[in-house]
Amino acid sequence: MSIVTVQLGQCGNQIGHEVFNAICSDVHGTHGLCSKKENESYCDACKERFFCEEESEVPVARAVLVDMEPKVISQTLSMAARSGYWKYDDRSHFCQKQGSGNNWANGYSVHGPRHKEVIMNLVQKEAEKCDRLGGFFTIMSMAGGTGSGLGAYVTQCLRDAFPTSFILNHVIWPYGTGEIIVQNYNSVLTLSHLYQSSDALLVHENDVIHKICAQLMNIKQISFRDVNQVIAHQLGSVFQPTYTAEGGLHYSRNPLGDLMETLVPHPEFKMLGLRNIPQMPENSLAYSTFSWPGLIKHLRQMLIANAKMEEGIDWQVRPPRLGLHPLSHSANKPLQFNTSIANLVILRGKDMHSVDLGSFRDPSLYTSWLNPQDAFNVWKTPRAFNKYEKSASLVSNSQFLLKPLDNVVGKAWNMFASKAYIHQYTKFGIEEEDFLDSFTALEQVISSYTIL
Amino acid sequence: KGIYDEALSSFFRNVDTRSGGDGPDIYKGKICSLKARALLIDMEEGVVNEILQGPLRDVFDSKQLITDVSGSGNNWAVGHKLYGSQYRENIVEKLRKAAEHCDCLQCFFIIHSMGGGTGSGLGTFVLNLLEDEFPEVYRFVTSVYPSGEDDVITSPYNTVLAMKELNEHADCVLPIENESLFDIVNKIHQMINSGKLGSTVKQNSLVTSSAGSAKTVQEKPFDAMNNIVANLLLNLTSSARFEGSLNMDLNEISMNLVPFPRLHYLVSSLTPLYTLADVNVPSRRLDQMFSDAFSREHQLIQADPKHSLYLACALLVRGNVQVSDLRRNIERLKPSLHFVSWNQEGWKTGLCSVPPVGHSHSLLSLANNTCVKPTFIELKDRFMKLYKKKAHLHHYLHVDGMEQSCFSEAISSLSDLIEEYNELDATKGGPRTDPSRLKIAV
Repeated sequence: MSIVTVQLGQCGNQIGHEVFNAICSDVHGTHGLCSKKENESYCDACKERFFCEEESEVPVARAVLVDMEPKVISQTLSMAARSGYWKYDDRSHFCQKQGSGNNWANGYSVHGPRHKEVIMNLVQKEAEKCDRLGGFFTIMSMAGGTGSGLGAYVTQCLRDAFPTSFILNHVIWPYGTGEIIVQNYNSVLTLSHLYQSSDALLVHENDVIHKICAQLMNIKQISFRDVNQVIAHQLGSVFQPTYTAEGGLHYSRNPLGDLMETLVPHPEFKMLGLRNIPQMPENSLAYSTFSWPGLIKHLRQMLIANAKMEEGIDWQVRPPRLGLHPLSHSANKPLQFNTSIANLVILRGKDMHSVDLGSFRDPSLYTSWLNPQDAFNVWKTPRAFNKYEKSASLVSNSQFLLKPLDNVVGKAWNMFASKAYIHQYTKFGIEEEDFLDSFTALEQVISSYTIL
Repeated sequence: KGIYDEALSSFFRNVDTRSGGDGPDIYKGKICSLKARALLIDMEEGVVNEILQGPLRDVFDSKQLITDVSGSGNNWAVGHKLYGSQYRENIVEKLRKAAEHCDCLQCFFIIHSMGGGTGSGLGTFVLNLLEDEFPEVYRFVTSVYPSGEDDVITSPYNTVLAMKELNEHADCVLPIENESLFDIVNKIHQMINSGKLGSTVKQNSLVTSSAGSAKTVQEKPFDAMNNIVANLLLNLTSSARFEGSLNMDLNEISMNLVPFPRLHYLVSSLTPLYTLADVNVPSRRLDQMFSDAFSREHQLIQADPKHSLYLACALLVRGNVQVSDLRRNIERLKPSLHFVSWNQEGWKTGLCSVPPVGHSHSLLSLANNTCVKPTFIELKDRFMKLYKKKAHLHHYLHVDGMEQSCFSEAISSLSDLIEEYNELDATKGGPRTDPSRLKIAV
């Protein structure tokens, strides 16, 4: 089954490019560390998912590139073509001359309806190239105007045109400060709209990735490229082929569907966070060895202590003891403990069959209304990923994003109370009422995640 | 000859002069003949003629000029009312022509002075025309404000009358004061002559190019000063012209920096002013560039943003600067700056990878800051001094369409603006109480 990626705006296009790069270098790497047969079926599964080969000599990404200004797309297309390993379809992109100006309303209410037909035609064509369409993966930032505003609009259109396909929105959470001044407004509008039409939102926070670049990857002068490469690596670690528990000896053919089934049991909860270990500079890899129990122990503590990376984990945090106060479960739990709805662990590398994941099945990690057996799932493959002989990823529907969400809504609300910048939105037809609706929807989400 | 590319096309058309310049633009390939996407308007002939005889004569042709012979006599009313109605058709037609040659018209730049008659009067008339004819296109105005010891007696009148138009019809105004430009030019001059920078000063860098030698500075101080303003506009548009890892279009500037429609006056500063064009810039000097952008001496008006209240701030960086450099410097500078309570994180940033010619990196900072207020208060005082005595009023009132109410409306528009800044200033340093959030029934 195939996934069609939709790259929206500067951020979405830059990250999308890095994702295909990461997938390709993984496939072409000599670090598979598994049998030839294993590697072949892994590569085949990967190609079916992300590339179509048509008549061209290199794989062509199953992607649609959309931006409202031309510079980033033309740069992205030519960089991909130069790589020699893969490329984008020459016709599968759409851009305009003038960007959305960081204005969500401009992207959503003006550019969206105006360019709907062209964009959806491109998507339709890409979808028709798939023997079986598994769903859509959109990549966008929620801070600007094009990714966020047009992205929200396009997601709605995808939902209408493909009512039975899965839609996973990859959303870049902006730096807390310093990118775009109206980013909190744009974020509130984006998240509230995506919550209506998307199946799940997979979130990466720029601040977190920036820290990973500095502390784990030891990069001195961090560029957006560095940040995007870490994001791409993490996404690759989830979406490269794996065996699922049910799938037996075949690589899963429906990664988006499997992901939703595992992680999104209730439409009120669709915010997914991603953690990945280990992460280190390439030149340190040769001097490092990893053991599965060590990786799992760290990943599990990262989950319950809500650590964003494998450094500075708070080892004091423990799950609450169940059964003591069944009615006031949430009120009595230790403050820092991160309650989950559902978790998915992905293991890549040799001996992954021997790994004991009992610590992730502990019912005290999860909210009480879901059967713990249904709340945890694991995907595996003996094939190593991207030069790491062993690696583990965690996709979690938990309180990971509660605090960032509360921050964004709080800051946007402060600004909204002074009515600052509202005139920029009403100019394009987004009224105060629309803001209030969005605030209400997100306060509801915050409240739901809080009382887990 | 060079190649005509996207970056060049933002300010210039590429035309085949054999067809008289009216033929279709040549989009790809070699530069044929460049024509500025510009309209030159003056109500006398001297300056425009000088341009037409200067080194840039080829980028303008007679179809881009509108001139008269008699000037506006430092009278806003003559420029705005008299010449406005007289030249309206002509201006509109030439604007439309110029606009037709653009495949994506993003923005108009109006460059004028506030103190005289033509720039101030006819300039703001053109501003209104643009709003009528091209309501969707952003209007950025670069306004040179007169200094206290200006030799035009009526300059306070002209400036205040023009301010009302800017308040109502501009999307963004970048105020400039000659005094500040003059100080900056002098400082560059001193640095070069003091030898402090040794032989590493790049004489031909953009900022110093026409101030290359001490002699030219004295002979033509305006060239060096104008150069600074030109660089302001170049840096302002760099991210729209060249690629970068964090692009910033012009429409993002007003979106991020203008929280309320009338508060659209942005104080700008350029750094470094005297760049040594070393290729490898140590990080300390890079950080110095960020510090300088907030110092009083680098502002293009006489103002001190550091000790006033920020509503919003944009940093447009060019050259080899990465997001981590930006973040480090914002974190470093933030504690020393005051931001309005509802915009504590009011930073907008752009990263353009192409530096200015001859430099390794540069920074343009745009601040929406209450520090513009003293300039406006001083202007108001100087206006009132004349207005109380009704001095020179008759020169204005005898122009058709000019009434006394124009004056009272203009001054109350300015007073309102000052009051808006006052209200914001009053929130500075007070206790911060966040508005209570929406409650969800559980």
